[in-house]
Amino acid sequence: MSVVPGSLPWAPMARLVGRRLLAAVPVLALVTLGMFAVAAASPFDPVRQYLGGSAVGVSQETLDQLRASLAAEGTFVERWWHWLTAALTGDLGQSHTLHQPVAQVIGERVGWSVLLCAVAFVAAVLLGTALGTLAASRPGSPADRVITSVSYALQAAPPFWIALLAVWLFALRLDVLPSGGLTDPGSDVVTAGSLLRHLALPAAVLTVSQLPWFVLYTRQGVADALREDPVRGARARGLRAGTVLRGHALRSGLLPVLTLIGTRVPELITGALLVETVFSWPGIASATVRAATSSDFHLLAALAVLSALAVLAGNLVADLLYGLADPRVDHDEM
Amino acid sequence: MVAAVLFALTACSAPGGEDSDAAHDSLVVGIATEPDSLSPLLGYGKDGNSKIFDGLLRHDADLQLTPALATELPEVSEDGLTYTYRLRDDVEFSDGDPLTAEDVVFTYRTILDPDTNYPYKDELDAIEDVTAEDDHTVVFTLGYPYAPFADRTVLPIASASAAGDQDVNTGSYNTEPVGTGPYVLTGWTPGERITLEANPDYWGGEPEVRRLTMAVIPDDDVRATRLRSGDLDAAVLPPNLAEGFADAEGMVTHETESADFRAVTLPTGNPVTGDRDIRRALDLAVDRELMVDSILTGAGHAAYGPIPVTSPWFAEGTERPHDPAAAGRLLDEAGWTVGDDDVRQREGQRAAFTLWYPAGDRLRQEHALAYATDAGEIGVDITVESGSWEVIEGRLTEDAVLSGGGNPADPDFDLYGLLYSDLAGDGWNNMGQYDNPEVDEQLDLARRTADRDERQAAYDRVQRELADNPGYTFLTHIDHVYVMADHWDGVTTQPEPHDHGLGHGPWWNVEDWRIRT
Repeated sequence: MSVVPGSLPWAPMARLVGRRLLAAVPVLALVTLGMFAVAAASPFDPVRQYLGGSAVGVSQETLDQLRASLAAEGTFVERWWHWLTAALTGDLGQSHTLHQPVAQVIGERVGWSVLLCAVAFVAAVLLGTALGTLAASRPGSPADRVITSVSYALQAAPPFWIALLAVWLFALRLDVLPSGGLTDPGSDVVTAGSLLRHLALPAAVLTVSQLPWFVLYTRQGVADALREDPVRGARARGLRAGTVLRGHALRSGLLPVLTLIGTRVPELITGALLVETVFSWPGIASATVRAATSSDFHLLAALAVLSALAVLAGNLVADLLYGLADPRVDHDEM
Repeated sequence: MVAAVLFALTACSAPGGEDSDAAHDSLVVGIATEPDSLSPLLGYGKDGNSKIFDGLLRHDADLQLTPALATELPEVSEDGLTYTYRLRDDVEFSDGDPLTAEDVVFTYRTILDPDTNYPYKDELDAIEDVTAEDDHTVVFTLGYPYAPFADRTVLPIASASAAGDQDVNTGSYNTEPVGTGPYVLTGWTPGERITLEANPDYWGGEPEVRRLTMAVIPDDDVRATRLRSGDLDAAVLPPNLAEGFADAEGMVTHETESADFRAVTLPTGNPVTGDRDIRRALDLAVDRELMVDSILTGAGHAAYGPIPVTSPWFAEGTERPHDPAAAGRLLDEAGWTVGDDDVRQREGQRAAFTLWYPAGDRLRQEHALAYATDAGEIGVDITVESGSWEVIEGRLTEDAVLSGGGNPADPDFDLYGLLYSDLAGDGWNNMGQYDNPEVDEQLDLARRTADRDERQAAYDRVQRELADNPGYTFLTHIDHVYVMADHWDGVTTQPEPHDHGLGHGPWWNVEDWRIRT
């Protein structure tokens, strides 16, 4: 890389971050407004959701009282504005399904979601790069064919299906890993060992669901790079295949993968949503599902902002890395 | 490669060996659903057995009322309008505050406050006022005589000092409750588990089972597997999965009788379902025993009304036979004749209607399909449809719906809301708009008199009237099946309501269990 560590282009990078932060303001405003609009159009009745299955015997008067208390008033724009002004002063409101302040719900759960996503994402990037490079270095070899075809198959498999399959195999058939939760049922304490055991399956499933993209992008990028002039030149000079691969082909071949890191974040969040639900992982995903099905506006709005922020941050990181990796790209022009 | 990747990622973590042979002072229970809130002010534990709280009274294994926080059963005035409870003076909440009459008044007044999102307010509709006469005496004044009122006072009592200063609908008391009960909450991860520990200062004596964990596992198969692997000590299971434990060493199965019924509403406003002959014919055509055997795999009873055949309140002789031939004759005589398409009609009206069940409820779906098949045999054409409750709600006056419910504590709790004509279409009461003056009169009579025999006679009349004009086709009462490890003495069951889970099941009185030595 052209940039020597220690002399990173701090000023252009800071300017890029600043511009992106400014651009995030209207994006977040639109995302939350859209969320309130969709929620207003939702067919779910908050009163029915609140009562659950035990609604038999509830009189109209009680229903009306509950509706006045639970259902939001005003148009969705008014509701949004009301929420926004309160949120700006730090009051995210109350979640009426979980009976907790929204800030507390998120505070208690976001750490577990971040842990799960981070482990899965890092594993997917590292494994994907390794397998993709392996496949690209010998195109058409048995290894390449197996890796590529399995990747295509996995790309088509929905994460919840893989998750159920993994539960069936590892928890039910082999009984080597717990099927869900954060700790064993009998204990409250989260120890490193039990956390690792409980994290293994959900993280592995999330990794597997993200993996094919990285494998296929890397394979394509590196295969293209191996055909470029400088690489051919290096080969012609008699350098060993491994040196050519590591020193020349990987550097330009991995550029598309950097872009992919940014664009995969939304998919990662969706995948986490499904995986957390299947494994009863106490992250924000299960809270999202509850909030969505019971029209819990306050919780839903906060979670939408959180996901939007994650996506924007993913794009920003990808752009920063890209600028660092490719000397032709200028941070100030992004 | 999938397996390779999974193994690569999991290789670092070894399955841990748990010491399963502890002193059995801990119980891990697998339940399917969890409460939204643990505060009695929003409905938690309203039918008793709340573990964290106590009511003024409680139900024993036969649903007889016995004192809990009260020293004895309430003193009832001659006119049935005043109930006086005297409280124990040795009870403390888990935060050390003593229980006084103010806590009782606070609990009931908060629940009845229109701004409190307590969904079961209507059950306490009779209360006009509740006051503290002194520190240990509470007086309820009713607006009308309501004989089963004492059965409602199993409702858990919240702490006024712990819950008083916060928003009842959203405050922390919902997730960090403070009660007087045999157990104290030590942790709750919604969607995962609730953990409780024995209250060492419990006024009824410290429970021997010191640690109680409720693991929330919605999937039946996963719950069964974790019970088998020893993760769980007990679990609620569907009957077919419970059968797999019949020969398991050290495991016992409890089949608990319940008032949990499934029935088809037959709306009075619909020209087909409102017709008394059609109703009676359907009542004869339906094969209840087959439903019990096939849908419930034997774990249940045929239902002829909301009151189970096993209840002492059941009116002997109101059982109906399965007799499709008689049903056909009845319809022939009434002028419902079979048309070209094998469906009966009368004066241009086809004997056809729609039956809804809530989407995703497999048990109700199977009941609905079996019912439609039985009806088809006698020439009544039922279209079975599924939808969300939001969809079904708008069609209750026109279409039939497969409903469920049931509370065994008193016949009034089910019969009044299902059958009283003034409540027709009032929210989710009397969904079929049942209207029978004789039934109304007997239901009111049974509320006014406290005399057990008079009440029994009134409910007998109601059940016979319901058999004569069945505005609902009652199908089954469902047994709730539990499998648990056999380490404890004093394990019993109690007739259960429709909603069960944390409070009901063999662990309803876990605080009284003794560890077998």
